[in-house]
Amino acid sequence: MNHVIAVIVENKPGVLARVSSMFARRGFNIHSLTVGPTEDPAMSRMTVVVDGPEMEQIIKQLYKLVHTVKVTEFEPGTAIEREIMLVRVNADPKRRGEILDAARVWEARAVDVGVATITFEVTGAPERLADFLQLMNTYGVVSLAKSGRIALPRDQKSAKKHLKSA
Amino acid sequence: MPEQLTGAEALIRSLEHEGVEVVFGMPGGAILPAYDPLLDSSIRHVLARHEQGAGHMASGYAHATGRVGVALVTSGPAATNLLTALQDAYMDSVPLVAITGQVATTAIGNDAFQEAHTWGMSMPATKHNELITSADQIPDIIREAFHLASTGRKGPVLVDIPKDALAETMTWHRPGEVRLPGYRPAVKGHPRQVKAAVDLIERAERPVLYVGGGVIAAGATEELEQFAEMLNVPMVTTLMARGAFPDSNPLNLGMPGMHGTYAATTAMQRSDLLITIGARFDDRITGNPKHFAPEAKVIHVDVDPAEIGKIRPVDVPVVGDAKSVLHQLIVETERRGPQPDRDEWLATVHEWQSAHPLSYVQDPDGPIQQQYVIEELHRITGGDATIVAGVGQHQMWASQFWGFDEPRRWINSGGLGTMGYAIPAAIGAKAGTPDEVVFAIDGDGCFQMTGTELITAAVENIPIKIAVMNNQSLGMVKQWQNLFYDGRLSQTELSPTVPDFVKFAEACGCVGLRADRPDEVAGVIEQALAINDRPVLIEFTCDPEAMVFPMVPAGGSNDDVILSREDLA
Repeated sequence: MNHVIAVIVENKPGVLARVSSMFARRGFNIHSLTVGPTEDPAMSRMTVVVDGPEMEQIIKQLYKLVHTVKVTEFEPGTAIEREIMLVRVNADPKRRGEILDAARVWEARAVDVGVATITFEVTGAPERLADFLQLMNTYGVVSLAKSGRIALPRDQKSAKKHLKSA
Repeated sequence: MPEQLTGAEALIRSLEHEGVEVVFGMPGGAILPAYDPLLDSSIRHVLARHEQGAGHMASGYAHATGRVGVALVTSGPAATNLLTALQDAYMDSVPLVAITGQVATTAIGNDAFQEAHTWGMSMPATKHNELITSADQIPDIIREAFHLASTGRKGPVLVDIPKDALAETMTWHRPGEVRLPGYRPAVKGHPRQVKAAVDLIERAERPVLYVGGGVIAAGATEELEQFAEMLNVPMVTTLMARGAFPDSNPLNLGMPGMHGTYAATTAMQRSDLLITIGARFDDRITGNPKHFAPEAKVIHVDVDPAEIGKIRPVDVPVVGDAKSVLHQLIVETERRGPQPDRDEWLATVHEWQSAHPLSYVQDPDGPIQQQYVIEELHRITGGDATIVAGVGQHQMWASQFWGFDEPRRWINSGGLGTMGYAIPAAIGAKAGTPDEVVFAIDGDGCFQMTGTELITAAVENIPIKIAVMNNQSLGMVKQWQNLFYDGRLSQTELSPTVPDFVKFAEACGCVGLRADRPDEVAGVIEQALAINDRPVLIEFTCDPEAMVFPMVPAGGSNDDVILSREDLA
């Protein structure tokens, strides 16, 4: 099962190497890892998707790195999770209309159109991307680029308000 | 007026501010600028003959004194030579600061002469490491390095300093407070966990105190003694914890595990509660963890949360420093009043102890047994010596047969099992505690790895003593070939005549002595103890066929302790 963890680290040179080296050394599998800035320029946020039963050890080993400030594991459904994907599919002129119609339903943007292919950009929850990809596979995926996942916890207050109004 | 210093001067001043009295190292191209202000410093420099030696010297110094050991070496091959000593110190939580020179910042990444990616290579072998990019950073990063090395779970920290950062000028400033928002080592245990631990202890019928090197690292031996006497429960002391509690105290069953005493290994195995303090369920202790101490609940006190639950699921985790948590446990136990009677359990373990004591036979006409040498050494010194071991049979026998009564008088490479550790570590220990007798107990295989450091001992006037247990083989490996590879000896027999250890010692400026027969053992030890102006090496020609027992084969169950050769028939 995949687990999503947010790791707030000091924004210092080499911190990504420290984290990835630790994962390699301890034999933990990384499914995806993204790193980028946070609201605080002194800190970076890593979102790591890991596959494995050793979550407790993974979190403890992350904390052991001197530049790790905070580690949070997201329980399923408690975070907003997003990925971005660029997917180039075979688009024979005869089937173009059909493919574009399907893409419209998925809110996939056509970002490049060639003689025989269309490239779509899709953003969203990982499951949505997986479903879109499955659909595009029926036309033939020529190439695929996918980001790692980013995630933020849901704001508990806004979630409650939303429930009340619903 | 603000003082202008070079990076190199700032480095040496920073080391002085940390109270460093000695550094172990070797100069070279990239670190050259740092060696110049060293001439004007109060800091003593011990010139090692190999950077691995410098690292182990720093480790021996740290073990013997409890202070941070410092190694200073150049870039490239010096840094790679140092790596073994860093990993060794990391495994055994030894506080070190290693300073490596690096090629100039402008050359980094260009495959410059003597360039190695020290920062990347040392990352998994250190608690933390830093690459300095300008001289301004030196005071704060050196302060941070000493802070990290000596707090929480102690360990080695490496600081890589490019040559141009050492050469350029900076405005000297005293380092500020260490600001590491992610580094907050626990000291006190959570009071609720301490209570829960004492609850478990009160209910246990067969508790065992399982004591590791963390107790010595935390300086918690007095607290341990008080707590053990209060509970009146048996204790096992791991290889890294020998001396944390007196062997002369009947509660101490000695070392458990692969070559542990039968009583220590079996007490853990039959226990219903392991009170674990600063130990980490190493595979040399547990054997196959699936069969280890099957009925035991576990209290695990450790300063490193990642050790808790890593190998063995835990009933009561307590994150904290051994000294503080032991103090809390003492206070809570006192508050509860009289402890349950443990006499029956103690009687049982003492029966095991008398039924299966550590034993060996010294035939007066036969070859010298290493155990006999160790016992004679203990008898003649009255136990008042610091023992520094290499790795292998001699190490196990030294741990088994030397009665340790004080902490920091047993120094060895536990986790990494680094052959060649003894000589340089003994030099470091003696440099830190010059008034103590420091005796390296080494094997002939180990000795040949780092024996050239005898030159360092002689030239630097660090009069250590060395007992080379010459069994003309890589004894422990040979033992495994005899036991598990049908006696097919592959590359484990060393030359019986080369090197001549006595001549080797003399060539290195040391006194060389030899004992070939049991009746010569006491005499050469007395001779060695009488010489204090030079290092002394004694070669003991030992039985090449002897094996270490008890033994639990690797991956086996601790229920199946092999007590002697006869058990194997």
